[in-house]
Amino acid sequence: MPSRKEKYKTVAYYPGCALEGTAQPYNTSTKAIAKELNLALNEIDNWNCCGAMEVKNIDPEIQTYLSSRVLSLAKHETKQDVVMAPCNGCYHNLKKAEYDLEHKQKSRDVVQKISKKAEHPAYEVGEVETIHALDWIKFGYGEEELKAKIKGGLKGLKVANYYGCMYTRPRHIFPEKDQGGDSESTSKPHYMDDLLEIAGAVNVDFAMKTACCGGAHTLSDSDMSTKLVLNILQAAEAAGAEVIATECPTCHSGLEMHQIRALKRLSKQTNVKVIYFTQLLGMAMGLGTREVGLHENVSDSVNFMYDKGIV
Amino acid sequence: MAIHEKNLIRPENIKTHDNLVIDGVDVSGHWSTFIESRVVTDYNEALEEEISALPGGEYIHRCWQCGSCTNSCTVNAVNPDFNPRYWIYLIRMGMEDELLRDKEIIWQCVSCNKCTYACPRDVAPEGVMKATAHWLELKGHTEASNSTIFDTEFTRQVVATGKIEDGRILKNFLKKSGQPLVQDWLIQMVSKMLKNMPFKFLFHLGWATLFAPKTKNWDKARSAIEEHIAEEKAEQRTALGLND
Repeated sequence: MPSRKEKYKTVAYYPGCALEGTAQPYNTSTKAIAKELNLALNEIDNWNCCGAMEVKNIDPEIQTYLSSRVLSLAKHETKQDVVMAPCNGCYHNLKKAEYDLEHKQKSRDVVQKISKKAEHPAYEVGEVETIHALDWIKFGYGEEELKAKIKGGLKGLKVANYYGCMYTRPRHIFPEKDQGGDSESTSKPHYMDDLLEIAGAVNVDFAMKTACCGGAHTLSDSDMSTKLVLNILQAAEAAGAEVIATECPTCHSGLEMHQIRALKRLSKQTNVKVIYFTQLLGMAMGLGTREVGLHENVSDSVNFMYDKGIV
Repeated sequence: MAIHEKNLIRPENIKTHDNLVIDGVDVSGHWSTFIESRVVTDYNEALEEEISALPGGEYIHRCWQCGSCTNSCTVNAVNPDFNPRYWIYLIRMGMEDELLRDKEIIWQCVSCNKCTYACPRDVAPEGVMKATAHWLELKGHTEASNSTIFDTEFTRQVVATGKIEDGRILKNFLKKSGQPLVQDWLIQMVSKMLKNMPFKFLFHLGWATLFAPKTKNWDKARSAIEEHIAEEKAEQRTALGLND
């Protein structure tokens, strides 16, 4: 068995729709880190949307098909055994497709039927392994090696690590989690904490790591989302955080949007910054704000990072 | 005597009489407070079967009413009327009228999956909430919710092109759900983006409006997906007895 370090060194890269839209800085910073750490990202050519929660709600098997097409491309076109998705939504859906194809006959039937009509090989269970950007850095590069890469570091920046819903729930689609040892925990995830601690952050004790931002209804039930986000922002500030580190485009843009909306509609101001963990890692390695796309965030933290002496 | 736990009793079932004499005893005022008993006569015995026939509702029969779903629920913490355990109970009992009292809030499930995580019986309550919300719309008890309008617009774009473009989704959603395109928070977000990266932002907006992102050679996948969705929809309508 090859080690994860060998397996994850070169991966099929699946950015997904969000990273080409509102979450461009997540894409920019992920690519910048790959370059810095000499990890190869082979972007899957001609990928499609993973189906997200929205298509699942309309027809769950179509969501499985859409994700399975991406997995099939990773295997047969990009010719990789590992696909890395930084977006929690994409990561979640590829995992869900893998689970459904293993356990549900109907999912297998629909994927076979549509793949045949669309004239590409139907994805078979186990052909590729789906990982998150957190797994990729933690195991593909290695924590000891990462320590040596930190230049300047985050200088004790107080960070609340926010993982969101889709990285750990529902548990059954993540069979590799909760296995003890260095596996991820679904109740108290810590991979992002681990990496940012190495980068020189002080991780605050944050109770809302896997709370919901209401991202599914960020536009269709905005008042609900604003309340849920405000709760997260206030809890982070109460825990002493200066920054909320994110790993999900839906959470990230939800926090940014509803931080503004909470001020406009509820007159509740919060000042905690919202920054992708890849941006924080990149800056800790000595990359500039432009190289990690910090100026593209709505949550304006460029001057803040200068004031902190981090960049 | 004051009625404790009055919040559990519906106001219309609490009866008092200003002037009432029973067997020569004056029981006017709150002495005469009665709670009208509830008689349920209109069970819909097919209700559980109908919800089970919709995607997400398949495992509702496993529920043993422990309440872990409601206890862990994100939306329940904001609105105590949002009660998945109770709705699952009503569906399994066939108490349709009771369920319909909450028809305007069931769609508000945010799919955080805390319930599915907590459920000891693998009911997947998140799926049951989605199935129930769809059932309400298919049966004509509610209009399409904002959530459904959003999902439909999103799916329409994915099926048509293989990808979505978020600016277009936002614009079409606000239009289709009858909301103004100009929102105070949106103006502030856009002005913040313009301040930090005016050229790139405007370029992106213009580019995405002219050329929606597309997956190449998507036509065959598109028609196969459309065909499948149409078949599924027809099956669902049959299961709900809606075919005329």
